[in-house]
Amino acid sequence: MNLHEYQGKEILASFGVRIQKGIVAHNAKEAVDAAKQLTQETGTGWHVIKAQVHAGGRGKGGGVKLAKNLQEVEELAGSIIGMNLITPQTSAEGKKVHQVLVAEDVYYPGDSETSEFYMSVLLNRGTGRNMVMYSTEGGMDIEEVAEKTPHLIYTEEIDPSTGILPFQARKIAFNLGLSGTAFKEMTKFVTSLYKAYVESDSNMFEINPVLKTSDNKIMAVDAKVSIDDNALYRRKAYAEMRDLREENAIEVEARAVGLNYVDLDGNVGCMVNGAGLAMATMDLIKMAGGEPANFLDVGGTADAKRVEEAFRIILKDPAVKAILINIFGGIVRCDRVAQGVVDAYKNMGDAIKVPIIVRLQGTNAELAKEIIDSSGLAVHSAVQFQEAADKVKEVLS
Amino acid sequence: MSVLVNKDSKIIVQGFTGSEGTFHSEQMIEYGTNIVGGVTPGKGGQEHLGKPVFNTVEEAVEKAGADTTIIFVPPAFAADAIMEAANAGIKVIITITEGIPVADMVKANDYIKDKDCRLVGPNCPGVITPGEAKVGIMPGFVFKKGNVGIVSKSGTLTYEASDQVVRQGMGITTAIGIGGDPIIGTTTKEAVELLINDEETHCVVMIGEIGGQLEADAAQWYKESGSTKPIVGFIAGETAPAGRTMGHAGAIVGGSDDTAQAKKRIMRECGIHVVDSPAEIGLKVKEVMA
Repeated sequence: MNLHEYQGKEILASFGVRIQKGIVAHNAKEAVDAAKQLTQETGTGWHVIKAQVHAGGRGKGGGVKLAKNLQEVEELAGSIIGMNLITPQTSAEGKKVHQVLVAEDVYYPGDSETSEFYMSVLLNRGTGRNMVMYSTEGGMDIEEVAEKTPHLIYTEEIDPSTGILPFQARKIAFNLGLSGTAFKEMTKFVTSLYKAYVESDSNMFEINPVLKTSDNKIMAVDAKVSIDDNALYRRKAYAEMRDLREENAIEVEARAVGLNYVDLDGNVGCMVNGAGLAMATMDLIKMAGGEPANFLDVGGTADAKRVEEAFRIILKDPAVKAILINIFGGIVRCDRVAQGVVDAYKNMGDAIKVPIIVRLQGTNAELAKEIIDSSGLAVHSAVQFQEAADKVKEVLS
Repeated sequence: MSVLVNKDSKIIVQGFTGSEGTFHSEQMIEYGTNIVGGVTPGKGGQEHLGKPVFNTVEEAVEKAGADTTIIFVPPAFAADAIMEAANAGIKVIITITEGIPVADMVKANDYIKDKDCRLVGPNCPGVITPGEAKVGIMPGFVFKKGNVGIVSKSGTLTYEASDQVVRQGMGITTAIGIGGDPIIGTTTKEAVELLINDEETHCVVMIGEIGGQLEADAAQWYKESGSTKPIVGFIAGETAPAGRTMGHAGAIVGGSDDTAQAKKRIMRECGIHVVDSPAEIGLKVKEVMA
């Protein structure tokens, strides 16, 4: 589950990680109040207005602006809130901005130059351990750094039984070229950051940039935080941070009825049991000349109610020109699934206007085909995987 | 021969008396699997499905001689169940549970690494050696005995592959569902290695999906092993967009080398017979075994 910058920073701060302070505002007036309050609390003269959407590259799209006085705060907040922010990570239509973070200016001049670093905490799937990934090249697109100057990206793997050790924190601070106060600050920063990662059940922290201020403080200026969905049951406060407006509406609806659905751009909807078979079915649709409109795993109990819910979800996408149902019946018998499809189809009345191809394989597959074929419905049936693909090709042409 | 489980395995079920545990235990017993008992803390001393229930895995090892376990414990407690089994000396730990928090698996993975055991899963369909032992949730009838080994991250795709192989007149030695989570015990490489080294297995089917490096590691190992036993490979998720999780927590394209295209290229370079269509797995197996 992805969070907004302000939510991620809230979590970091609760574990003692120093952050660039800010207050969320939903309109221009709130932004001005937030700016006044921040000036009182932090003494900041200027303010940064940051669009809060789930997408990277917000600055590039004009979603992050510096305001040098309260009038500019009001103007900038007013123009950013409500805009459709288009960044390299959003679709062409962009993402609607509902709120901004009014943040303190942390690039103030002082005794030393400011510098920016990159830091993330994530799972190394190869070893099954978490690692801190960091770079001297902060504030930039890290994929670009990885491509052009891979030697400037370091990783430090953490032993789960000890957590991050002091020598590891020192090594990170040394590699980032720090000394004196900033060095000590960095060891503290990375130690508390790792603790925050583990104790919040996150599966991704990306802090870009981590800033060394001109007075040698180390702080998170941005925060991309993703919480492990499987752990939300024990992180209720974080679960409540979910912002459904940032997610695909059909996917939200599917999740509410317990279906695993991912919206895609194609024209052939599919309903499959099992994630692997669902992906394989999408691939087969493409080979048959179509484009998958979705990923949908109906799970082990493909009864009439679930099939009907899945139909409704798939049909919400107007681009769908055909639906392929691919169920490998094991413990669940195919004749039961077939009856479920027929019942669901009838329950839907005339809502289904696109051709349906049903491929049922496994226990009682032939009986299932008979049920479909004799139902009188405009449903094509298949038993073999290839047969299903051929039928898809047929209805698309 | 076969790998991991056979007719002599002494199997217990953790989460024995729960609804999932009960349902699948009945199926496994009906298949002829040698279930020697089960574990449900607090229900020790009772009998369930005609088998003894123990409070701890340790007790099940002592009293029933258990060497293999299958775990149906709910996600919040499953990592603990894995560690309990490893600590009690269980040799093969098959974990079906889906949805275990990653942080729990980091801990469990670390805990068991120096123990003399092999974890399969979590979030997997289990392991079946046809005619001997079904230690999982797969439909047994799909798997006929034969000489083709299967390694797969996905449940229903494993059934699909086996069905296609059986339709071509062949059968299965052992099918291993390794699971679709970011952290799993037995890797693709380890499962492939077991089957390549199994005399009875003449061909291996390796089914992977987008995300991670497991298939590339297995392919690399296969090339270096110099084995002449053919491997037929398929990677699901050619059409999946980057950055989206496709059902399995581990099925997400994170970089340029864990896409389906990249994995298939590496597998082909290492001498694996890769099929682009999931409908052609059985045909390809027949072709390479001819």
